Amino acid sequence: MSDTPTTPIEFRRYTQNLSPAIPIAIQQATGQFFEKRNARVAELPEWELLRDVGHRLRLHTLEHLDAYLEQAATSLSAAGVQVHWAMNGAEANAVVLDIARQHNVKTIAKVKSMATEEIALNTALQAAGFQITETDLGEFIIQLAGLGPSHIVVPAVHLKKEEIAQLFKEKLGVEAPPDPEQLTAIARARLREVFLAADMGISGANFLVAETGTLVMVTNEGNGRMCTTLPDLHVAVVAIDKVVPDWESLATLLKLLARSATGQKLSTYTNFITGPRKTKGEHGPRELHVVLLDNGRSRMLASPLTRETLKCIRCGSCLNVCPVYKQVGGYAYGWFISGPIGAVLTPQLLGTKIAAELPYASTLCGACAEVCPVKVPLLDLLRHLRRRVAEGDATTTPIVSPVLRGVARGSAIALGTPWLYRLGARLMPLLQVPVRRGNWIPSLPAPLNRWTMVRPFMPFRARFRRWWKHHKKNE
Amino acid sequence: MHVQLFITCLGENFFPEMLESMTTLLERLGITPCFPSEQTCCGQPQYNSGFEAEARSMARRWMRTFSHSDAPIISPSGSCVEMVRHYPHLFPEGSEEHTLAIELAARTFEFTEFLVRQLGVTDVGAHFPHRVTYHASCHLLRGLGLRDEAKRLLAAVRDLEFITLTEEETCCGFGGIFSVLYPEVSGAMLENKVRHIIASGAEYVVVGEAGCLMNIAGGLHKAGSAIHPIHLIEVLAAQGGA
Ligand code: SF4
Repeated sequence: MSDTPTTPIEFRRYTQNLSPAIPIAIQQATGQFFEKRNARVAELPEWELLRDVGHRLRLHTLEHLDAYLEQAATSLSAAGVQVHWAMNGAEANAVVLDIARQHNVKTIAKVKSMATEEIALNTALQAAGFQITETDLGEFIIQLAGLGPSHIVVPAVHLKKEEIAQLFKEKLGVEAPPDPEQLTAIARARLREVFLAADMGISGANFLVAETGTLVMVTNEGNGRMCTTLPDLHVAVVAIDKVVPDWESLATLLKLLARSATGQKLSTYTNFITGPRKTKGEHGPRELHVVLLDNGRSRMLASPLTRETLKCIRCGSCLNVCPVYKQVGGYAYGWFISGPIGAVLTPQLLGTKIAAELPYASTLCGACAEVCPVKVPLLDLLRHLRRRVAEGDATTTPIVSPVLRGVARGSAIALGTPWLYRLGARLMPLLQVPVRRGNWIPSLPAPLNRWTMVRPFMPFRARFRRWWKHHKKNE
Repeated sequence: MHVQLFITCLGENFFPEMLESMTTLLERLGITPCFPSEQTCCGQPQYNSGFEAEARSMARRWMRTFSHSDAPIISPSGSCVEMVRHYPHLFPEGSEEHTLAIELAARTFEFTEFLVRQLGVTDVGAHFPHRVTYHASCHLLRGLGLRDEAKRLLAAVRDLEFITLTEEETCCGFGGIFSVLYPEVSGAMLENKVRHIIASGAEYVVVGEAGCLMNIAGGLHKAGSAIHPIHLIEVLAAQGGA
């Protein structure tokens, strides 16, 4: 579970004393995913074309989201689904709590869902006395550990099998060797009880097909199917950006998603849920509710650039390829979503007061934008959000530190005024004499020590202008 | 053919040999470089840190400096060229400055881009008898989409033995403001890069971007490595035993 941060997210503080075990575990896992992804992508000569279609498709849907949402809601109702609208997390949680209370629910089986992480639904349900169990293996593990997901697709990516065995011993009271198969068997036995006992299943959805009101849920473990068919009551929390117009569009997005996320052609289970069961023999719950969640999305839709954030299909590719994420892991980003997409989504959902450090948590190397299957312009968004932090805009007041603002103003004058710039280039080689040691400047006073604590600085050696004059004279 | 040299502030202050090499190499190819002396910094540090107003004033000055001549503008840095290509975003569409920004961006080229894509040259007659590995800088590679220009130029260098670097395309951890905001993460990324460079067994690591070169050179020095960091242009200008 990942509760919504209410104080500034401290990326620097978190990353200052990272244990080296974290990057090793994460790099191994993300590396494997990414290799598989590359292999699948290489099989498709039309991959770039497909990305382009995915991008247009998502953008088109978002540009006409009001119409598609209306269509989706109508189709859902026609399929017998009860539709609820929630402007924010509190409203969505209240709806789910109400439904649970009305049905006298005691235990809940849950499928991994980013939307429910976003609104901290588990916390709300637990506070109200409901027993809720995450049934995706990774989520099951981090729920035991009392943590939120550290990766969009593989929530427990940072944990080693030894740590999981230890966790099972502490929390479940079972001795288990650090062996993935045996650990999985233990979890599976526990989860079977949960499925059978649950009065209610909760899920999200990867997509919601507007033309038929079909919820689409992609998993690799089969737990999703259990949670949404065994209990008589199923509630799905679906953010409004999950809508796709029709099945044809869905096919394209599924192709992009499975390959990007796990390097599969198709995920093991792709579940289509169109309404509750209608006849006795049919699978599925007797009652199906869908909570359509806005939570800041209509605000993001208003501007052409921020709107593009909502194209994201949560494949996790941008995390797997991000050299920063691979050093720091998911928790450095302070909330349920991490990596490059977290660095751009969190400041938009929570505001720059909470998340000012995140847009700067990138070298702008561009690896993320290059792989994103729907071309979310992650670099443009990072720069846009940096500007919001530094200068503010119509919706935000600037909150950058006075020091940084001073440096920016000062450097713009010093570097932007030709005579000052030339003077600086001449003076620096003299000024640096006391700190220069041979070909290097090994250490500098604060705040420049933030460079030299990692590697030495190079001495200033401007001489090109003189050389140029000389060179021209000798021609 | 005339070109205008856009030497960049990092180039001017830290890599004079590289700028001299760039000048002489262009001349060897029969090109006449000129040097607009009012140039300073392109505003990239401000732009990428979120200070657009400051970047805009820097961009204005840069555009004034380079619009005196119609000659193409050549720079030894991918990230600074990319910055110039962002200039149009800084001015309202339809404004005179916007038009000028588009016009200038269209004739501003990174050095390898200019050689390979504009002139169609890959063999510049260089001779560099060394084992060399290459770090692909993000702004050349992804920023400007120059995937193999530098490598094609290196392949034509006589007696150069090319060793492919593990994770060649992974960022070295510089990232401008990132390196001082998050020094620990930047350092961990740099260590990764340096480890691969050392493992390559090369004598030289070639880098086509001043910022990365500065970062990697410092990382190698700190690691006590004897591998020489060198700017791509210096390799291309080399004529003998360098
Ligand atoms: S931003 Fe793109 S790459 Fe990242 S999770 Fe979303 S869809 Fe995947």
